[in-house]
Amino acid sequence: MTSVLDRGAPPAPQDDRPIELHRARTGPDRVFRGLLLACSSVVLAIIGGITLYLFLRSRQAWHYQGLRFFTSDNWQPQSRPAFYGVLGMLSGSVIIAVEALVLALPVALATGLAINEYAPLRLRKAMTALVDLLAALPSLVYGLWGVFFVQPHINGLTRWLAAHASFIPIFRNDTGLFGSSLFICGVVVAVMILPIIASVSREIMAQVPREQCEAAVALGGTRWGMVTDVILPFARNGIVGGALLGLGRAMGETIAVTLIISASNRLTSHILETGGGSIASVIAVEFTQGGDLQKSALVLAGLTLFVTTLVVNLGARSVVNRSGGDR
Amino acid sequence: MTAALRAPEAPVPDLDQPPRRPRADPAEVAEVAGAAVAAGAGVFALFHVAGWNAPFGFAVCWYLLFAVIYRVILHQTYGEVEAKDRMATMLIFSGAVIALLPLLVIIWLVLQRGLTTALTGFPHFLTHDLRGIQPNDPVSKAGMKHAIVGTIEQVGMATIVTVPIGVGTALYLNEIGGRLAATVRLIVDAMSGVPSIIAGLFVYIFWVQPRNTEGFSGFAASMAIGILMLPTITRTAEEVLRIVASSLREAALALGAPEWRMICLVVVPTARAGLVTASILGVARAVGETAPVLLTAFGSRATNWNPFHGPQADLPLQVYQLARSPLNNNVKEAWAGAAVLIAIVLTLFTLARILSAGGSGRKRRGRAGSSPAGHQTLITAGAARGPSITATSSPPDSVTHLLNPPPTEDT
Repeated sequence: MTSVLDRGAPPAPQDDRPIELHRARTGPDRVFRGLLLACSSVVLAIIGGITLYLFLRSRQAWHYQGLRFFTSDNWQPQSRPAFYGVLGMLSGSVIIAVEALVLALPVALATGLAINEYAPLRLRKAMTALVDLLAALPSLVYGLWGVFFVQPHINGLTRWLAAHASFIPIFRNDTGLFGSSLFICGVVVAVMILPIIASVSREIMAQVPREQCEAAVALGGTRWGMVTDVILPFARNGIVGGALLGLGRAMGETIAVTLIISASNRLTSHILETGGGSIASVIAVEFTQGGDLQKSALVLAGLTLFVTTLVVNLGARSVVNRSGGDR
Repeated sequence: MTAALRAPEAPVPDLDQPPRRPRADPAEVAEVAGAAVAAGAGVFALFHVAGWNAPFGFAVCWYLLFAVIYRVILHQTYGEVEAKDRMATMLIFSGAVIALLPLLVIIWLVLQRGLTTALTGFPHFLTHDLRGIQPNDPVSKAGMKHAIVGTIEQVGMATIVTVPIGVGTALYLNEIGGRLAATVRLIVDAMSGVPSIIAGLFVYIFWVQPRNTEGFSGFAASMAIGILMLPTITRTAEEVLRIVASSLREAALALGAPEWRMICLVVVPTARAGLVTASILGVARAVGETAPVLLTAFGSRATNWNPFHGPQADLPLQVYQLARSPLNNNVKEAWAGAAVLIAIVLTLFTLARILSAGGSGRKRRGRAGSSPAGHQTLITAGAARGPSITATSSPPDSVTHLLNPPPTEDT
């Protein structure tokens, strides 16, 4: 009597390897699998294409400028000879991103905690929807809000900071001009990255084992004690990952920054002064101007931004994947 | 001895009545209100005496003083431990309010400044473009037809290409897996962080510049938009596909279906609502993208119906270009365009939420496929409800249609 499972003599007891099961792949199955594989390869091709084309087009500027491109903050495409240094723009991007993160992280954490632990059940869906809507608004609209609402209203705060906090170097304002500054960009970009950090933190915090939370309360702790002693340590990696994701997004933000800072060639790290720029905003403003060399320099700056955001995003991903608390 | 164990004056609940929702404790309300009023009065006096006039600063100082006074009140009333807890509750709620306040401000601002311009002489704003409009012409002559046409064509072309590829990638990651899947997942995550200007820059180098003056086109913009849409659609679709009960897949395979039929006829229809939601979310993101279009379609003031030839306008791009202009009329037109843009994004967003909520009309808690009722409905033909975007399990779909030919009498 043979059965479908008959494969000859059963393996000897000491032969402990698992049986390899192979399914015969039929024709249509192979075609379908190939189709899905082709779809996935598109993603690989796009990333490869972006890296390749950015690299190739930027070589002209690299041969012209060399390492000084990354060590100088002088960006003078108009001067003869032209000089291209990306450090000023890069520091502008970093300043905006860090300021946005500092402003957004506590508020995003509070929002995530509010949705998960503090809000009444009926409000949770609505609050989640509102946070998602914050993420869905176009950055152009944030830029308009920044220019026409935040900028006039934040004037008092910036002047006060420059008058009373100028012992901190970045708050110094030597020019007396206060509009169109990196500070305002940071505030607007903070609102933009807030939903990202809030969503990631909320999802991670929702994965805390409820038994541990309930145990903390059962032992006589308050709700805040439960949050600090159970939820936040558990979600720490996820929150850091979410913050890094927000940082990456903030560094790449183009349109809101360009609208606020507008066309300014003056790169400064005094965030309350008029001027300053990020890599993305400089590319957006200058890409029509100049000849091949300037375009190549812009591409090299773009490649710098691309690599930086890639590193930050992949770092964020690996940190989030390590989250889950101590088991 | 029993006196020590008796609970202090707790009212015995009447078990025949439904539990009453706890009303706000008047003492707590009084604490908050008292601190708020006291802080308001203090800051008002301070600002009045010092002669400052700064609404934003007033609000900030008021909040800080309110927090201090409230903390002191709590400490006096409840003792240190519970005071910290209640203070944290107040801070967290106010943090959530601070987070959601800009949303309301932004939407109100755009609608207030742009809706009247957009609606005067409706539908004039949607059926005329900016061709031939002089700087001094009244705003009522302007229109966004060229931008709306451009957006529809560019986003439409991007959607037609990206949705199948994105869903295909998600299917590959979820159903087939393998060594390549981990790499692809990593690349998709990396791609979702690509700045929008870099996507535009890439298409500019790759497509626009080699063609010199012929390069700017709506088609190039749709390529850049597609690059940005693809990771969003792929990731959301993958999450949606993950929710489909594995018992469905196993049942299909057990009934003899080949893998491709299992995917195409069981998994995808079950996840249909979720996949549509994923696509709509991708489209909502694409509609608002300005930077990639800036570098590839370049914008124009006249309507260009041909997306393959010549610069084309786009709604966010046109608003951006108008907003940067120093002319007042242009800024008003920009607000009107922004109002139209927000209306489109809000509509798409609401549509996505309705679809995702309606798709899982009967939400069940617990793991997918473990509910005992689920196995029952496997045999009977049941209407499929797709999974919601907020992951809960869904009733399994019928798999009897996999049987080909129809079952004979003795089965």
